[in-house]
Amino acid sequence: MSNESFFYQALVYLATMVVFVPLAKKLNLGSVLGYLLGGIIIGPALLGLIGQSGQDLMHFAEFGVVMMLFLIGMELEPSLLWKLRAPILGLGGLQVVITAVVLGGLAIAFGLPWNQGLVIGMILSLSSTAIVLQILTEKGQMGSGAGQSAFSVLLFQDIAVIPMLAIFPLLAPAGATVAAEESGSLIAHQPAWAKTLIVLGAVAGLVVGGRYVVKPVLHIVARTRLRELFTASALLLVVGIAVLMTLVGLSPALGAFLGGVLLANSEYRHELESDIEPFKGLLLGLFFIGVGATINFQLIIHSPWIIAGLVFGIMIVKFLVLLGLGKLFKLGKEQNLLFSFALPQVGEFAFVLFSFSAGAKLLPQELVDMMMAVVAITMALTPLIMLAYEKWIQPRFEGAGKQQDEREPDEIDERNAVIIAGFDHFGTVVGRFLRASGVPSTVLDLDSDRVDLLRRMGLKVHYGDAARFDLLKSAGAEQASIIVIAMATPEKNLEVVEAVKKHFPHLRMMVRAVDNADAFDLMNAGVLHIYRETIDTSLRMGTDVLEQLGRRAYQSQRAARMFRRFDEKSLKGLSAFRDDKQYVNAAKERIEELQKLIQADAYTNMMIRDTGWERDNAEERN
Amino acid sequence: MKILILFAHPAFERSRVHARLLKAVRTLPGITIRDLYETYPDFDVFPKVEQPILEQHDLIILQHPFYWYSGPALLKQWMDLVLEHGWAYGKDGTALQGKYLMQVISTGGNAHAYSAEGHHGHAVYDFLLPFRQTAALCHMEYLPPYVVPGSAHIEEADLARYADSYVQLLQGLASKTTDLKALQQMPEANMLLNMPGLLSAPSR
Repeated sequence: MSNESFFYQALVYLATMVVFVPLAKKLNLGSVLGYLLGGIIIGPALLGLIGQSGQDLMHFAEFGVVMMLFLIGMELEPSLLWKLRAPILGLGGLQVVITAVVLGGLAIAFGLPWNQGLVIGMILSLSSTAIVLQILTEKGQMGSGAGQSAFSVLLFQDIAVIPMLAIFPLLAPAGATVAAEESGSLIAHQPAWAKTLIVLGAVAGLVVGGRYVVKPVLHIVARTRLRELFTASALLLVVGIAVLMTLVGLSPALGAFLGGVLLANSEYRHELESDIEPFKGLLLGLFFIGVGATINFQLIIHSPWIIAGLVFGIMIVKFLVLLGLGKLFKLGKEQNLLFSFALPQVGEFAFVLFSFSAGAKLLPQELVDMMMAVVAITMALTPLIMLAYEKWIQPRFEGAGKQQDEREPDEIDERNAVIIAGFDHFGTVVGRFLRASGVPSTVLDLDSDRVDLLRRMGLKVHYGDAARFDLLKSAGAEQASIIVIAMATPEKNLEVVEAVKKHFPHLRMMVRAVDNADAFDLMNAGVLHIYRETIDTSLRMGTDVLEQLGRRAYQSQRAARMFRRFDEKSLKGLSAFRDDKQYVNAAKERIEELQKLIQADAYTNMMIRDTGWERDNAEERN
Repeated sequence: MKILILFAHPAFERSRVHARLLKAVRTLPGITIRDLYETYPDFDVFPKVEQPILEQHDLIILQHPFYWYSGPALLKQWMDLVLEHGWAYGKDGTALQGKYLMQVISTGGNAHAYSAEGHHGHAVYDFLLPFRQTAALCHMEYLPPYVVPGSAHIEEADLARYADSYVQLLQGLASKTTDLKALQQMPEANMLLNMPGLLSAPSR
């Protein structure tokens, strides 16, 4: 590929994303639909900008799916998986098995060979994680019964892809199998027992490597504090896993998923997530564009009724199965309908699995083309179905549905209401106190040594720069209500404040300030809750000095409290006329500040003269 | 009798009457003084510290200025936290059984103010009902209060006499020479000491 054509292609794809995704979002259709539409429009059917390269593009962009599985794996702490085991295995397992059997049976009844019917049934049982999770998150339904159930089902489906990829070659007609699966692998010509050993060895290597190699390496990389190096390591990790898995003839997606689960508990989880997320997003976007571009419109025009019949037949079967399972698993009526309306499309993995099946000569190319079109249409319909649900069905439950809403959110929601950004001696005290008061918090810190130490002591601390949008997001900033900003330097604090103001304006910011000048800067930045590092401690010391001198304890403490109140008031007053002058040097500024403060103290001293409990003259009347 | 004085005054540094009273009794043997505002300036009273101290004494004296017909806020906080159910009252709450409760108070007003026709409309003894009933609920014997009236403008000589009588009172109680039965019949301990008090009989 020449440079020119590379830039040309990049131009076409990036422009497609930038033009169509915001458009689709604006129309409430969701980003996936935007990518698909963009792909259709630039594809051979309409503009013909990318000709036949859609197929190659999909091949390349499939790596986005690998990254997605890595990220999904990382979301799944083993403990969370264990807590959700009943809905995942029960609900998810039944959904996949029943849907696959019903749809596969129908396919066979329509005259397909049994192995093709089975493959199609399995593929169609999957739903779209990308679309559904995005829609449910936007609707704020992830914590509800429907959201939890949908998540469990999608999770099981994502995992089920892995055994499917393993089973498919076995279902292919003899001779076609091996070429597709293992042509690139090192072990194609090994005897069976050696293959098994090598595969097991590779998985074991992954587990051991994840624990004893990756973490220390990431630790060293983190200490260099070069962000791009960390990003490079994150990509290297995923690519490395993919290459290793391909070498031994396993699915890269499976390897990436395993790698993700292994790193789910690591302190670098948030950082890795936010580094890989954009790449995954771009590649999946490309993937969807490729899907759009490869939809065979000739086929649709030739047999519109068959396609329409397939689309509605598949969605109705999936919907009914989901509805039945929702009832079986005791979802409330409204939640069950939401759950069933959310999941009846066929998912993005279907594209991967269909092209895989075509490559393995498991399914004829014409059938695959038709099914690809059907899958794309079911996905495209999902946002429309959800809009219809919201408009016509949900209103019937308003009021009556209240009871369901009170159901306690299930375990998946490990998002905390409080995020603590910066965990040195200052943030540590806040975090320890909150923990002692039964309020868990999500902690972000930039010092990898400290993060390491605290994690060894059993605290949940994440490594990363809290001024970064993506890191805040993966730390749950969207769901949190308060962020404690206690970074080590005032500059860093301001950076985080700006990031929060820009991206998460709903978050209440409580910010550490070093001194008055710092507090002024934070006030100018619009921060309402400012905590000067030393004011309380200095005053406590002053109180103790008074007590050591023989002053009454209660009197001293009252004086200190009043002093602080007036000090904060005069600080606000000073900040008002501070901006008029530009100070030439900082030292001069501090001196003048001090002078003003001491002048203000004359007033304060007058105000804190305690006149409580003084007898008025009322008594003399008797 | 072992005596515990629970002293509560939020602005002791400005007090004349209580400074003088405490100074007079501070060195008496067999008497413990507990300065609540100095011990708990943040109002976090620890019942587990207070209760054993109470158990070791026979007579509990609440000494405080008379604010809004009651004691200062911390005294109430102390009662709220220390007099626990199951310890001071209620089932098995017998830790204070048989002990005596007494109040030593200073008032701004004089005898006339604390009468049916006066500024406050009731006798001091009536206003002390919550304390009397607290004693009853905790199975304690309530002894009539020792009152220092007119505290805002009391003469130095009078204050000295009140302080001396306070010493006398505590000595009599500590050595059990005081006739408790007779004392309990009086509206104020002042009568026992021939000191002018508010002297208005309770409006029973």
